[in-house]
Amino acid sequence: MTTPTDSGAGAPARVSRRPPDWVRLPRQTLLRHLLLAAVVGLLAFWLSDNVGAFTDLQLSNVAAYTIALAGLTVLTGHNGQLSLGHGAFIAIGAYSTGLILEHTSLPIIVVLLAAMGVTAVAGAIVGIAAARLRGPYLAGATLALAVALPSVAIKWSSIFGGEQGIAVNPLTPPSSLGLSFPPERWVAWLAMLVALIVLVLLANLLRSRVGRSFRAVRDDEISASLAGVHVARTQVLAFVVSAACAGLAGAFFAFNVQLVAPAGFPLALSIALVTGIVVGGIGSLVGAVWGGVLLVYLNQEATDLAKHFHISAAAGANGALLAYGVLLVAVMLAFPDGIQGGVRRLARLVTRR
Amino acid sequence: MRRLLAPAVVGCAVALVAAACGGGSSSPSSSSSGGGGANTASAPGITATNITIGSHQPLTGVAAPGYDEIAPSSKALFDDVNAHGGVNGRKITYTYQDDAYNPTQTATVVRSLVLQDNVFGIFNGLGTPTHLAVQQFLNTERVPDLFVASGCDCWNNPGKFPYTSGYQTDYTIEGKITGQYVKNTFPGKKVGYLYQNDDFGQGGIQGLDQQIPKSSVVTRQNYVPTNLDVGPQVAALQASGAQVAVLYTVPPFTALTIGAAAKIGYHPQWVTSSVSADPTTVGNLLKGTSMLEGLVSSSYLPSPNDTSNPWVQTFMRIHNQYVPNLPFDGNTIYGMSVAYTFVKLMQQAGTNPTRQSVVNALKTANLAGPGLVPISYSSTSGFTGVQMGTITGGKFVLSGPRFTATDNGPIGTFNGTQPPPPSNL
Repeated sequence: MTTPTDSGAGAPARVSRRPPDWVRLPRQTLLRHLLLAAVVGLLAFWLSDNVGAFTDLQLSNVAAYTIALAGLTVLTGHNGQLSLGHGAFIAIGAYSTGLILEHTSLPIIVVLLAAMGVTAVAGAIVGIAAARLRGPYLAGATLALAVALPSVAIKWSSIFGGEQGIAVNPLTPPSSLGLSFPPERWVAWLAMLVALIVLVLLANLLRSRVGRSFRAVRDDEISASLAGVHVARTQVLAFVVSAACAGLAGAFFAFNVQLVAPAGFPLALSIALVTGIVVGGIGSLVGAVWGGVLLVYLNQEATDLAKHFHISAAAGANGALLAYGVLLVAVMLAFPDGIQGGVRRLARLVTRR
Repeated sequence: MRRLLAPAVVGCAVALVAAACGGGSSSPSSSSSGGGGANTASAPGITATNITIGSHQPLTGVAAPGYDEIAPSSKALFDDVNAHGGVNGRKITYTYQDDAYNPTQTATVVRSLVLQDNVFGIFNGLGTPTHLAVQQFLNTERVPDLFVASGCDCWNNPGKFPYTSGYQTDYTIEGKITGQYVKNTFPGKKVGYLYQNDDFGQGGIQGLDQQIPKSSVVTRQNYVPTNLDVGPQVAALQASGAQVAVLYTVPPFTALTIGAAAKIGYHPQWVTSSVSADPTTVGNLLKGTSMLEGLVSSSYLPSPNDTSNPWVQTFMRIHNQYVPNLPFDGNTIYGMSVAYTFVKLMQQAGTNPTRQSVVNALKTANLAGPGLVPISYSSTSGFTGVQMGTITGGKFVLSGPRFTATDNGPIGTFNGTQPPPPSNL
C-alpha cells in the first residue's frame, strides 16, 4: 500500500500547487475539519428532509457503511493490516445493540457507546493476535473469524435467538418532531450525525502523531521501530479503532434492519467491506463515503436492472455479484487509487488549468 | 486537506443526485370511508383502477425449490381475475421480491415495497423466520399484513399485531392432528422427530407432544436452514431405532433427509407436515417419487392429483392459460388458493376500502373457498384443521375424516362441504 494519502508527507505536487482563495481554509486542523463537517452535515440534513422514507433508510445504510469503512480505512489504508473479517465486528456491535435493547431501556447514546465498547474489546483481543501475524496469515485469521462467528449465535440460540435472530424495536423519533415524523428519517439523522463525528475524529487522529506512527508502521516496521514507534502497540491500537467503528456501524445495522440474525453477517459482507474501501479509495476517509454509497446502491441497482430485463431471480441474484466484480476491475483499471483518487485527479486538473 | 475540499463537494453533489433519483417522497394516505359511489384512491396502493400489493418470497436460496412457484401461481390467478374485470372494478397488481429466505433481506425488500413502491399491503409473505423480521414494522406502519405463508401461531396475536393474519393451519394444530394419527395408526412404535429449529419446527413439535406419549419419542433432532448437511441428524434418527420419523422440514430438507436416509439404508415410516408433502416438489429433488411411497402427511387444501375436484379443475385451467411452464403441484394449488382468498376478502371490503377497513373486514368476511376445512379469523387465524393423506403411486391421496382443533382444545371432525368455484373465475 503505497498509495498517496491525504497527508502524504513530502508529496512534491503540494509545493507547486496554489489553491485559489476560496478553497483556503483555516490552518488549524480541528477547526478546518469541523467547518467541513458542519457544511456536509447541513447538506445531509437538507437532503434527508426532502426525500421519501425509503431513501432515508438508504441514507442511514450509507452512513452505517461509511462508519465501518472509515474504520477499515484506518486499519488497512493507513496501518497496512488487511482484515477480511470485519463483518464479524459489525455483527458483534449489532448483537450487543440487540441484546441491550432487549433487556434494558437505556438511552440511545448509552447503547451506541456500549456497542462500540464491546466491539473495541473484541478488537483488542483480535488485534493482539493480529500484531503477531503478517500479510496472508493475518488475512486468513480474520477470515476465519468472519466464518466462525455466526455459528456462535446458532450454538447459543437461547441467548442470541438462533437463525431467527433477535428483533430490534424501532427507534421512535422524539415526540417534539410530531406524530407523523417518519422513524426512518430519525434514524438517518442519527446515523449521519454519528458518521460525521466519526469522520472528524478519525481525520484528526490521522493528522496527529498517532496517525503518523500508523503510516510509519505500514511503510516500514523496522525503520518505524528505529524511530521509536512501538510497532505492536500501534497495530493493536489501529485494530481497536477500526473495530470500535465497526461496532458502531453494527448498532446502526441493527436499527436499520430491526433484526439481528446470523444471515445478516455473511462472509460476503466482510468481502464487500474490503471492496468498498478499495473502490472508494484506500487510504482516504472520503473514499469511505464513496464506498458506502456504492455498497448500498450498487446492490439495489443491479437487482432492479435484472428485474427490468426480466432476468430470472436466480440469475439476478448473481447479477449483483457480477456487477461488483466488473466494477472493481473497471475502477482499478481507470483509477488505481479508487474513486476518491480519480476525483482528486480530476479536481487537480480543474484547479490547475 | 485543501485537496480534500473540492472532491468532497463534488462527492456530496453526486450523492445528492443519486439519492434524489433513488425514490420519490411517499404520498400521505388520503383515507375516505368505504360506502357506495365511484371508485376513488382510498388508501396507499389503491387507486380508482388499481390495487397494488407486494410480497417477499424465496425465489433463490435454500427454500426456493418448489416455493418459487407460489407467487407466479398467485399472480396467474390475479391475471385471470383481472381479465374478468378485477375486484370491484380494480385490477390487482402483484409485485413480489426475492428475499432468499434470509430474514435480513426480508427486512430490506419489505421496506422497499412499503416505503418506496407504496403497496397497499403485504400479501402472503413466505416463511416463519423471514416474516418475523417484518411483522413489527408492518404493524407500526399500519400496513395490512395479509395471509402470511406460515402456520406459526405468531400471526395470531391481534392485541399486539392487529394488522397481521396467517393463512395456513397453525403448526400446533396440525402437529396435534398428525400426532393423533401417529398414535392411532402406529401404536407402540418408536418415534423420532426432525424439525427446523425455529418457531415453525418448534410449533409443530408442541402439537405432536400433546398427542404422542413422551415415552415413545426416542430422539429429537433439529437443523438450521443455512446448513445443508443433515447427515448427522439422519444418523442419529437411525441410531435411536425410530420406526416412525416425523419431519417438520421445508421441502428441500425433506428431500435431503429422505435421500440421506436411503443412502445409509434407513427406511422408517415417514410422516411430514403439510409444508413439505408435495410429491412433485420433493420428488423432483429426489429424482423420482419412489422413495416417497407411503409417506404420510396432511393438508387443508385439495390434492393437485384429485382431478375430480372442481377447484383443482379451475386451477388447472388457469395454470394452462397463464403459467404452463411451471409444474402443476401442491404449490400451484396453494398460490392460487391464497390469491382467491385475497380476492374474496377485497370483494367484501367495500367499494373504497382503506387499510383499516380491510383488516376489519377480515374478521367478519366469509372466505370459504378451496379449503377442506373452514378458514376463520374470528378466534384463530387461518385454516382450522387438516385432513391426513398418504403418497400412493406417486400421488398425494387424502382420506379419512377432516379434523379441526384449537391450540389447547380437543380435536373434532368437520363434516361441511366445499363451495363450488365461482363461474367467472
